Amino acid sequence: MSSTSNYWGLIKNGIFAENPIFRVALSLCPAVAVSSGLKNGFLMGVAVLFVQTMVNVTVSIIRRFIHPKVRIPSYMFVIATWVTVTDLMMAAFARDVYRQMGLYIQLIVAYAIILSRAELFASKNKVAPSFFDGLGMGIGFFFALIVISFFRELLGKGSLWGIPIVDFKPMLIMILPTGGFFAVGILMGLFNWIDIRFFGGGGASGGGH
Amino acid sequence: MENLFELFIAASLINNFVFTRYLGLCIFFGVTKKMETAVGMSITFTAVMVISSALSWVIYKAIMIPLNLTFLKIVIFIGIVAGFVQAADTIMRKVSPGLYYKLGIYLALITTNCIILAVPLINAGENYSFLQSLSFALGSGIGFALALIIMASIRERLELADVPKSFQGLPIAFVVTGLIALAFLGFSGLITL
Repeated sequence: MSSTSNYWGLIKNGIFAENPIFRVALSLCPAVAVSSGLKNGFLMGVAVLFVQTMVNVTVSIIRRFIHPKVRIPSYMFVIATWVTVTDLMMAAFARDVYRQMGLYIQLIVAYAIILSRAELFASKNKVAPSFFDGLGMGIGFFFALIVISFFRELLGKGSLWGIPIVDFKPMLIMILPTGGFFAVGILMGLFNWIDIRFFGGGGASGGGH
Repeated sequence: MENLFELFIAASLINNFVFTRYLGLCIFFGVTKKMETAVGMSITFTAVMVISSALSWVIYKAIMIPLNLTFLKIVIFIGIVAGFVQAADTIMRKVSPGLYYKLGIYLALITTNCIILAVPLINAGENYSFLQSLSFALGSGIGFALALIIMASIRERLELADVPKSFQGLPIAFVVTGLIALAFLGFSGLITL
């Protein structure tokens, strides 16, 4: 069965080759906004992973019933529905975190990565590949958020997941907005460097929005 | 006066959406390669922002609260924004093709901007009055325009700079944004609401 390796390829594609944040550079807002602590980054990653997978599956199921002219608005409504589900769940089960980042959870609806995967992949493929594509993209996003928030919390507060780890004077700048921009910029540069050095790629992050 | 002026200053400078709330980055990095596109985007964005948040406010207060539909606010607000942008696109094409030719492409991009959705959500969450919502939306629009224009003028120079290959393009743009954000921190504490 060759399809198993195909699914694995789809997941790997989302994690490295088309990593939503470092490579395709879509949906950058959450990368800076909620990555000041590992816990926030983790929950945001889980939320996006869930929404992306469910949206891909839903869009793939209904892809034959949607008229091409109204497909973008229809996808928006599918996404908004799943985001509402996530939003209400978070509000019920993770109150403390929700108070801090509720707005950002609601804004998942506007993240370009989710709409772009629905449009580019799920609308043209069967349910199972769409599921794995969503999973791969979600994991790639999750991974990027974890990496960024790991460095920011470690350097900015000297702790991980709220637990003090190292004993030094924390660099306050890393948990300020500024630090978020620096961290994403430097990590993105690093990813490009790895790509040029070891994989012979062009090394250019995708632009746009 | 319902502290309209304070809200305006707070939304445009102190809590600037790009530099302290980190929203709208997608468009921010997308259109700031050239000054011309940055200016076009700023104008279109501010106009759409004010009108769509006024619409959202009316629908939220007049329909959603009486019918207990507030849990649907994400779905409805995105519908309002997308619908309004589509309508503006069609009307502008008919009424003033010249303007459409200049600003039309930005309209389509606006729907994917998080700020355009964040403002109605914040207005609803903070329970602002109609005038407060308008002044908050205008402040956010102007703040975003300010960010776009500052960034565009820096990036035009950056084209000529000798940046390491792996940092060209977006990575260096991020580092520059970080520096501007640091400068914007200076505004915090300007007004206490």
